[in-house]
Parts: sequence; C-alpha cells; structure tokens
Amino acid sequence: MPKSAKKALPILKPGVKAPNFTLKTTPDQSVSLRDFLGRPVVLTFYPADWSPVCSDEMGLYAQVMPEFKKFEAEVLGVSVDGVWSHLSFSKDRKLNFPLLSDFEPKGAVSKLYGVYEEDNGESARALFVIDKKGLIRWSYLSPDGVNPGAEGILSALEKLR
Amino acid sequence: MPVGDRDHSEGTSDAPLVLVEYGDYQCPYCGAAYPILKRVQKELGSSLRFVFRNFPITNSHPQAEWAAETAEAAAAQGKFWEMHDFLYENQRFMGDEAYFAKQETKLKLDATRIAREAAKGAYSSRIEEDYMSGIRSGVNGTPTFFINGVRYDGYPGFEPMVAALKAAQKAPSRKK
Repeated sequence: MPKSAKKALPILKPGVKAPNFTLKTTPDQSVSLRDFLGRPVVLTFYPADWSPVCSDEMGLYAQVMPEFKKFEAEVLGVSVDGVWSHLSFSKDRKLNFPLLSDFEPKGAVSKLYGVYEEDNGESARALFVIDKKGLIRWSYLSPDGVNPGAEGILSALEKLR
Repeated sequence: MPVGDRDHSEGTSDAPLVLVEYGDYQCPYCGAAYPILKRVQKELGSSLRFVFRNFPITNSHPQAEWAAETAEAAAAQGKFWEMHDFLYENQRFMGDEAYFAKQETKLKLDATRIAREAAKGAYSSRIEEDYMSGIRSGVNGTPTFFINGVRYDGYPGFEPMVAALKAAQKAPSRKK
C-alpha cells in the first residue's frame, strides 16, 4: 500500500483513560487490561506475527524485558492474529510477555485505541505507556515498516516515577 | 553514551569523523556491511575513527552472545579487531568453536582462556553496557550506525555512507 494513501489514525493521546478490554492470549486464557491496575503497562500494537520488522520489534522488547521490569511494567503485544499463530510465533521468538489476539470481532481493540488500519485489516505499529492508575501517559504511532525501538518506552516509564 | 577510551576503535582519537556501529556478529546484515565498512575506512583514511559496540540479538541469533564474548575475550589479550574481523569473515562457521579456536592460536592468543571466559560470560556486563547504550540511543536492530553522534538511517552501502560522512565533515562540528 502506498504510504500516501494512508489516512492519519485517531490514536489515543496522553491524558486519556486507557479503555479496558479483554482478549485471548492462549486458546483458553484471557487477559483484561484492568488486571494490571497498580502496575505500568506497555501496550504494543503491531501488524502481524512473522513479518520481519515485527519480529525484530517483539524480539527487541523480549530482550529489553529486564529494563522494563525495573519499572515493574507489564508488556502486552496486540495484533489481529489468532491465538495459535501467537503461540507459535511467541515460542519461535522466545518472547517472554503475552501476545493478545485482537481477532474476534477483528481489530475491535485496535479500533478502540485508534490504531486500526482499515485498508489492510491490521493494527498499526503503535505504542502506549499506561500508568498504574490506567491513564495513557505516552502514545506513539510508528511509520510503516519502522521498528520504533525501546527508547521511547523507557523514557516514558522514567517519567512515571 | 559518548565514544571514549572504553570503546574499541580504529583510527585516531582526534579524527574529525566518528562512525559508531552497533552490531551483532551473527547478523547477516552486519556481515554484509562488514566489507563495505572496510572500504569506507580505506576511503576516508585518517579522518575517520571507527567504533564497534555490541548489540547481540540473542533471541534470533543463538551464537551472537558467544561471538561477542569471544571478541571481548580476544580484546582482553589485545586483539579485538583481529577477532572482530575474523568473526565477520567467517559467519558461516558461527558455532564451530574449534574452528575459531584454531584461529585464536594462529593469532597467538590463549584460546583456552578465551573459551573459558566466553563460556562463563566474563564480559557480559560490558556487552550489556554496549547494548543498553544502543537501546537508549534508539538502536532498534543491527547494524545501526551513528555519524558524529547522529543516527545514520540511510542505506548501508559504500557510496551513501561515504557521502554522509563527507557531508558530516563539512557540517559544523556538533557532539562527537
């Protein structure tokens, strides 16, 4: 898809309460955002399991996990892939945080956060740092195909202190 | 993290241009960049200082940490660049420790000591320091380059890199 065809997404901004959601993380387990109240949450939306940039991004977060843990932060990955794909992807890349399946109704949570790309039916690459009270404190929409790295997340987590 | 005495570097410390690479020895893109960097260094000669920092992506490259440890262990015996170059020139043998040990002996390094140090992760804190300095500078994969402290997002080819370096040399000097 040419970049010019893309409309600006209505990504939720800092200061907004993070909408609650419940998504499957394995075939028989679900997680809700509100389960994490009391701890900062890093919510990372990405287009698809297995695509090269995502792999780097999720793999990077897995590797930076000890740093995130210094802030007692939980990391949650979200894409529209199904749980079986998530399980396999997570195992292959040795991910150490849950991947959530925004699968049915498709992209509902991504839409809630204003990061769903209607044209290709995938989540955009977007990051949210949510504080322990459930307030969005930082959000970032990454350009197509660019791994946003971890620096923005770490800076946002530092500012929560 | 500013370039300093702790870093492995080639070229003089007062060179007007400083090129920092965050690299992974098992990363194929770093392997592809390796001969290009050699040409870039040759082209720019004494005006360039080249620095290598570790950014092992261990969950997709199982030998990356071992390779980084091996290069650091060689550095402790004064031969970082010899080992760095050999690792990149022999990426396809990554994991064959006997193969690398043979080269270490050829370089008159204590291969037993390198193997012992690499196995116990003797240089893991240094590698971690490199890695985190990369994360905090916005490194998101390998190789990532910085020219005089500014991230180079262009194509890692010979012409574009030389052009970017020459442009940086003409620009008023900022942070190094």
